[in-house]
Amino acid sequence: MAAIEATGLVKTFKGRKTAVKALDGIDLDVPEGTVLGLLGPNGAGKTTAVRVLTTLLKPDAGTARVLGHDVVKEADTVRSLVGLSGQYAAVDELLTGRENLWMFGRLYRLSSRQAKQRAEELLATFDLTEAADRTLKTYSGGMRRRLDLAGSLIAHPKVLFLDEPTTGLDPRSRLDLWQIIRDRVREGVTILLTTQYLEEADELADSIAVVDHGSVIARGTADELKAKVGGERIEVVVHDQGDTVRALELLTDALGIADPEATTIEEHTRRITVPAPGGSSALVDVIRTLDAAAIRIADIGLRRPTLDDVFLTLTGHEAEEKESL
Amino acid sequence: MSVELPARVNPIGRALSDAGVLAWRSLKRFPRTPDMLIYATIQPIMFVLLFAYVFGNAIPIPGFPGARAYREFLMSGIFAQTMAFAVASASVGLADDMSKGLIDRFRSLPMARSGVIAGRVIGDLVFNAFVMLIMVLCGFIVGWRWHNGFGQALAAFAILLLFAFAMLWVGALIGLSVGSAEVAASAGLIWLFPLTFLSNAFVPTPNLPSGLQPVAEWNPISSIVAACRHLFGNPSPFASPDGFPAQHPVWLSLIWCAAIILVFAPLAVRKYRSATTH
Ligand SMILES: Nc1ncnc2c1ncn2[C@@H]1O[C@H](COP(=O)(O)OP(=O)(O)O)[C@@H](O)[C@H]1O
Ligand SMILES: [Mg+2]
Repeated sequence: MAAIEATGLVKTFKGRKTAVKALDGIDLDVPEGTVLGLLGPNGAGKTTAVRVLTTLLKPDAGTARVLGHDVVKEADTVRSLVGLSGQYAAVDELLTGRENLWMFGRLYRLSSRQAKQRAEELLATFDLTEAADRTLKTYSGGMRRRLDLAGSLIAHPKVLFLDEPTTGLDPRSRLDLWQIIRDRVREGVTILLTTQYLEEADELADSIAVVDHGSVIARGTADELKAKVGGERIEVVVHDQGDTVRALELLTDALGIADPEATTIEEHTRRITVPAPGGSSALVDVIRTLDAAAIRIADIGLRRPTLDDVFLTLTGHEAEEKESL
Repeated sequence: MSVELPARVNPIGRALSDAGVLAWRSLKRFPRTPDMLIYATIQPIMFVLLFAYVFGNAIPIPGFPGARAYREFLMSGIFAQTMAFAVASASVGLADDMSKGLIDRFRSLPMARSGVIAGRVIGDLVFNAFVMLIMVLCGFIVGWRWHNGFGQALAAFAILLLFAFAMLWVGALIGLSVGSAEVAASAGLIWLFPLTFLSNAFVPTPNLPSGLQPVAEWNPISSIVAACRHLFGNPSPFASPDGFPAQHPVWLSLIWCAAIILVFAPLAVRKYRSATTH
């Protein structure tokens, strides 16, 4: 059974003069126990999708079910089954970590004693026991995020919605959070997470849906998406402009590139890019080949496909940021 | 180890329990933001000093000669104005929760729809009772007294808190409708100043231009003030002493409070259902 399924979700925000179609017919299908990454730039409609699926917003058209319950007609049931950790850590700054979790526990209808016990468990799991009696004002961004996530796990939800869980965190906190999310997956929790980073979706998601302007423009695993963009690439800037064409010919031969379309050349910037299926080992081949031909290299690097590349390939336009209201 | 959620809870019990938890939250917050109490009391205290010692001498109370009469007259006006300003505590608090995403979070929980606002209102009511107490002490210091016994005085305080309760729902609606705490602060208060000055709070209505007199006497704030003056046994002059507001001040104050609550509580709860952070 699908833990989350959505068909034809549409949501338009009407302003005084303009109307923004935040969702333009989104279909989603997340099998139980899997992780779906909703990948898209700022303004793509990710948060709106999460809001609809967690009953915060009624869609203008389309239907969505979570664990078989309609998000509009059975909103109350859905709310008791899912956990949500929003885009910004939504915690009370003036309460302590322990108080925040106790409060959320009570609102999930635990008894006072159960809520206390659950708060202790979660504080321990999330490595916050030491900070438990400090107000949230004193927490770092990463700690707040962890506490926020802990709050969404109080009722042992089978389905978890994480809206950009690591945006704005330092690399160390991001790794911590990834680990926490992986632990939930191991417990069998179904997760829908949104992100702006292909890398993050790659790390955590079983499958990815790329959203742009409110609709899904591509689906697949991280590998499938990267393959669409052509995987990793090597970018070389040669020293002398006259060498550019010759360098590309040499590399096409040396790396056995069958499809000349897969390479690019910009003579005025002396830049060429070639696919690098072998990753860093291809880098060595490139350097050797050019060195043997006495072509001087001004700059060289391995480029992993980014969300921008995926966008460029899929839409033909860059992942522009829509102005947020 | 897994905690089972109770499948069905009686909805009223659930609403009360959720409101209780949110009220607990508010009460935990107050001592951690001591500046709130200072802001809430400093303005009324300045008003007391200003009116009692500066303007008061120039405002005669028809039928009640003497300097002390004005101070006796003034305090009920101050009390009512202070309670009316409860609007701000609810509107700022809820707008702040909105902008921090907390309202979204609460709305994603299986809690009663009224819980967040009711909790806020209860918590703020306790806070305003505390502010009230400070103002009563302030009144004693400038020479205000009640003259009809403790029971009637208690009834007057109950009406004042009922009024604060009603105004908190107005504040809740404002707080959920505007985007930020700053806007909420001014949107919550801007209309209150003309409303209190167009009342009997500081100036006896017989001293007002005759065109304004009926407006000032039917003004909800005036009705609260008049009910308090009546119950405290303080001077309470009316331009039309035979009118309903003069004859039935306590009833009129209760009618006003009920009307405000009946209109604004459902509106605020409805707003909460559709409120989103953005
Ligand atoms: N409450 C709202 N009112 C008006 N416009 C909104 C609202 N919420 C989102 N939008 C608009 O809808 C679009 C999608 O927003 P959002 O779902 O927040 O995108 P994302 O989370 O992918 O950054 C944006 O153009 C945004 O400005
Ligand atoms: Mg977003």
